[in-house]
Amino acid sequence: MSEFILIDGILLFLIIVTSLAVVMMRNLLAAIVAMAVYSFLMSLVWLNLDAVDVAFTEAAVGVGISTILLIGALVLVGTDEKKHRAIHWPAFLITALTAAALIYGTLDMPHFGDSKSPPQTHVAPEYILQTVEKNKPASKDGHGARRENYFHGHVPNLVTSVIVNYRAYDTLFEVAVIFTAGISLILLLRSIQSGRRKELP
Amino acid sequence: MRDQVVLRIITKISIPLIMVFGFYVITHGELGAGGGFQGGVVLASAFILYGIVYGVEEMRMAIPRRLSDALACIGVLLYAGIGAFSIITGYKYLDFTPLMPSYPGVAESWGMTLVEYSVGITVAAVMITVFNEITEGTVPQDNRSLEPQKTRGPD
Repeated sequence: MSEFILIDGILLFLIIVTSLAVVMMRNLLAAIVAMAVYSFLMSLVWLNLDAVDVAFTEAAVGVGISTILLIGALVLVGTDEKKHRAIHWPAFLITALTAAALIYGTLDMPHFGDSKSPPQTHVAPEYILQTVEKNKPASKDGHGARRENYFHGHVPNLVTSVIVNYRAYDTLFEVAVIFTAGISLILLLRSIQSGRRKELP
Repeated sequence: MRDQVVLRIITKISIPLIMVFGFYVITHGELGAGGGFQGGVVLASAFILYGIVYGVEEMRMAIPRRLSDALACIGVLLYAGIGAFSIITGYKYLDFTPLMPSYPGVAESWGMTLVEYSVGITVAAVMITVFNEITEGTVPQDNRSLEPQKTRGPD
């Protein structure tokens, strides 16, 4: 157990350093690269917590796509930060108070890996039962019986089973959100550019 | 960036691998880690890599904007259509049983597979669209690669 805590400690320290670097850097391209490093470290933290799906998403989206899209956005805004302003103290105070409240809130949360916490005792056992138990082949004699038993209930991956099956509506509207983002980008940027192109010879 | 031989060759070698990995993640979404969203992002990143190295115009020839727009719509329609199919055949919305009524377990697996496909199609198409629209109009006509415009490097 202790080596996991050691790895987590090193990773979290590096995350703090990287996020400070993101804030401090003047050059926006360097800041974006530092953000990619931050996302990569976060995905390692998720991996250390055995959350492989989240780690995969963080690696694909955080490190890959969002870095590329931010660099693409840099083409529009330029790579250098504008003149640095002094600290806005009221905003700093509000942010610090919010952070303190959030940290205070975490004190009430169940401990890491606590098997008695509410999420572990209410719905999770049902998900695990429906996913794991029913995938065990009961008899090895017939392919049909084994196949039926194998698929009876839910698919082997617990996370996908929850996301796509129990929360199918949720996933549907997530896809709708992504679709809406794409459509609004087309409506906003493509129409502006086609108008601009008409003016130019 | 297309003038750099190493970059060009490495891109050509790695794009098929990235695409195969993306398809693998989408098609094995219900079995392993990942799923439609992650696979779609990986798939889109293959196109975006091609666009970065060879220029956006080349990418648009590989995947026209009409096609990516249509794919984004097709994915959502497929997802919503599975639910509509359930209602038409007399089940609840997004109940996967009518896909194979005699084997509800298999039907559920099929439904989840189709849902992963639809999510993957939409996400990949939208990511390509985002890259397309952000880089639109920022690239000079004489040099279509992104390189000379943006990377001045850290000073």
